[in-house]
Amino acid sequence: MTRFVAGRIGFYTLIAVLLAFFTIPLLWLATAPFTSDPTYEVRMPDFTSENFQMIIDHPYALWSLVNSLVLAVGTAVLVVVLSALAAYALSRVRLPGRDALLYALLLLSSIITGTAAMVPLFQLAIELGLIDSQTGLILILSGGLLPAAIFMIKDFMDSTPKSYEESARVFGASPLQIVRHVVVPLVRPGLATIAVWTIANVWGNFLMPFLLLSDVEKQPAAVIMYTLYTEGGQANLKVLSTFGLLYSVPVVLMYLFVSKKYGFRFHGGIKR
Amino acid sequence: MAQATSPPEARDDAPARRYSVDAAGLGRLRAGAFVAPALALITVFLVFPALWVIYLGLMNYRLTGVEAVNPKIVGADNFIKAISDPAFWDSTWLTFQFVLGSAVIGQVVLGFSIAWMLRDRRGTLKSVVEGLVILAWILPGAVVAFLWVALLDRDSGTLNALLGIPGFPWLLDHPMLSIIIFNTWRGTAFSMMLYGAALGNVPPSHLESARLAGASGWQQLRDVVFPHIRGHILTNLLLISLWTFNDFSPFLLTAGGPDGKSEVLAVHVYKVALQGGDLGYGAAISTIILLINLVVAVFYLRLLRSKK
Amino acid sequence: MAAIELRGLTKVYPGGVKALDSLDLVIPDGEFFALLGPSGCGKTTLLRTLAGLETATGGSVVIGERDVTGIQPGARDVAMVFQDYALFPHMNVTDNIAYPLRIKKVGKAERQRKAAEVGARLGLDQLMDRRPGQLSGGQQQRVALARVMATQAQAFLFDEPLSNLDARLRLEARTFLKKLQRELGVTTVFVTHDQAEALAMADRMAIMEAGHIRQIGTPAEVFQRPANTFVAAFIGSTPMNLLDAAVRGDTLEVAGCKVPVPVSAEGLLTEGERLVYGVRPEYTTYSAEPAEGSLGGRVSIVENLGASHLVTLEVNDVAVQAVVPEGDEPAVGDEGFAAPRRDRALVYRDGELVSA
Repeated sequence: MTRFVAGRIGFYTLIAVLLAFFTIPLLWLATAPFTSDPTYEVRMPDFTSENFQMIIDHPYALWSLVNSLVLAVGTAVLVVVLSALAAYALSRVRLPGRDALLYALLLLSSIITGTAAMVPLFQLAIELGLIDSQTGLILILSGGLLPAAIFMIKDFMDSTPKSYEESARVFGASPLQIVRHVVVPLVRPGLATIAVWTIANVWGNFLMPFLLLSDVEKQPAAVIMYTLYTEGGQANLKVLSTFGLLYSVPVVLMYLFVSKKYGFRFHGGIKR
Repeated sequence: MAQATSPPEARDDAPARRYSVDAAGLGRLRAGAFVAPALALITVFLVFPALWVIYLGLMNYRLTGVEAVNPKIVGADNFIKAISDPAFWDSTWLTFQFVLGSAVIGQVVLGFSIAWMLRDRRGTLKSVVEGLVILAWILPGAVVAFLWVALLDRDSGTLNALLGIPGFPWLLDHPMLSIIIFNTWRGTAFSMMLYGAALGNVPPSHLESARLAGASGWQQLRDVVFPHIRGHILTNLLLISLWTFNDFSPFLLTAGGPDGKSEVLAVHVYKVALQGGDLGYGAAISTIILLINLVVAVFYLRLLRSKK
Repeated sequence: MAAIELRGLTKVYPGGVKALDSLDLVIPDGEFFALLGPSGCGKTTLLRTLAGLETATGGSVVIGERDVTGIQPGARDVAMVFQDYALFPHMNVTDNIAYPLRIKKVGKAERQRKAAEVGARLGLDQLMDRRPGQLSGGQQQRVALARVMATQAQAFLFDEPLSNLDARLRLEARTFLKKLQRELGVTTVFVTHDQAEALAMADRMAIMEAGHIRQIGTPAEVFQRPANTFVAAFIGSTPMNLLDAAVRGDTLEVAGCKVPVPVSAEGLLTEGERLVYGVRPEYTTYSAEPAEGSLGGRVSIVENLGASHLVTLEVNDVAVQAVVPEGDEPAVGDEGFAAPRRDRALVYRDGELVSA
């Protein structure tokens, strides 16, 4: 009995320590944006909205969120459309060299990271005139995310029975009708997963826009956030905390939405 | 039944082939057209840079100056320069500490412990703990990094206030410890979720029979749980090592400083190549990173294959 | 409506597996035809080749007057029900039934009218707005049938149409399907691995093994006179007794006993020849008293089949089975005698039926 009680106490102590470890760093983000004169200290907020007014007046803050949105949505559209087309063809048609191609894709997606490829990507962007171009950045980000996306969506397609397509085919549907009427609706959850995964990835990505976008007006929130706290002089904590919160809220909402709708699942554990 | 009788797709070496036989009647030509755009993007923006980085490593390319216009092939010079440069070895050593400390020890141990402690629980406690751990994982890196800057601030940071040691400069005195704990905090969610799923797949009857035989908690772990999730542990170790090795976010916290004391390889490349302008030397280090990634990835893929 | 004809139909998969080996088969207009065989015998491949989902390596498929061998599945004017029904989960029942008409560019109002009409005929009128996921297995099957009916195709192809239903529903669906086919009069080919299903529903059937057709016939022909030992062993809810035999004058020596030569083989055997003697347990009369031309031994197992019992006798170390009506069943260990019916017993030479 005493052993049981000791176990209980131990368990709850551990949980309390864990909760503290994961909560304490977040507290500042929850309080500072609502405090009139925030410092690094965590204090009880006085629930002012003045900091949010400052963000609205800030020359780049809101624009950078729009830039993040443009980059994220643009990349997501490109990645979803291209990966779905490719994955469908790879899942259903025995193209020559298909297995080798898939293996190569899986390998590429894990070894060629932003860190390993930053030097040539930077040079490539200069050569192709893609520096300071959001379109260029979208293309580069898509290229990096596509292999893993093709892999994940192919998983979905492979687990969808072929009899749906065959059935439509016997009724006389053309290949494009089959894709439109049958395949896309069937794999819609998979497409949504890829879209969310891409948006989350791009939304948080710092390195690529940091390297490739030097024009402040084109930079996304990740870069502006970094600029705000490393710029010379005293960092403006009002702007920083509030901007950080605004920048974080969309991913949290998206996560809540996804976990409610689909549950949080693993797809082969390829990439986060 | 369907599996037993439905045959593999026919290839076109069957002589009487008259039309495409895949499920949607797509045919190879259209299938090729479906794959082509994605492959084009991947080739230009992923494969080509990876190959080019190797070529660049053999050049004395610089961001500015004479060599920027007219680079020369210098062969293995950059590689020799790298492996004879103490800064490179320092950085490699720091990277090793970073991966070992924050990924292998920090995230795996913490992630498994949380998953194990919460394995039989339902309800609020579980969702709160999991929610917080996942929150740390999904918030944008730039935000999270600044939260830690605030937490570790020497004068009014929350940590020093809690410990009662105002003025203790964590990021200056212990930059590696700081980024290791930071990355543990940031990345534990993945391991937690993976182990949570793995533990859910351990058949309860095995645990029950161990308990009936009188096994203690530790004995159950050792004799029933670990043998079952060995594959997951290996997968987890390889993936998070790979990610941590390539992680650029220490830059957001310490920018490699002070004095290169937290300059892991990812940051080192950036500083040498893009700040210092020595693209050739930076590319040589990138190539080394690629090779290390390749080794880990091949291990991982062989593991996946052997599972199938 | 149309007849189906296969001429020398061959399907070879890469790697050299011959799934269909030069099959010839004629299915007359309006027939309900079963393809029966064990897993991997080629029956599903045959059905899929008829539909055009597999291309033939050789030979031809003729539907009606038209050679469709090289024609796309959608242009063959056949309709197919898949084993898993393949109802589109994102469409409701109406849209599912109307899908073939949508492909044929029939107007929306006309489509819905037609779907409602077919749906009502199959008792689906209350379910037209539901999604397949909200239907029971039996209802899903009827939607799949309705969708096929809406096509007004020349021939229907069913791949294991009953295998996804539970045992009780399967019997109901069997009766329903047979009645429906009779009413529609559309040539229908269905695949099954369940011999009872084939016997119960089909007008005629083909029994397949390893890419070959081993027998074509009506259920009665196939049950009473299996053309070879493969069919003999495959057909029947209790397996046929297949016993080694030797010709001894006008009798056969079977398991150390003497039985008369079956009617079907009279005058076709040579003295001393070694053969296989076959008789169904249903055509074997059991008695506790010795009788002329019967196989005597000790009862080793008695299995309850409901209204009757299956009795296994050990006759000189050879197992012989007989079906015994309820009330007459012996106890294990009793001595018993099994007398095959001479007009139903068969003789196989090298695996093939001996008959005039």
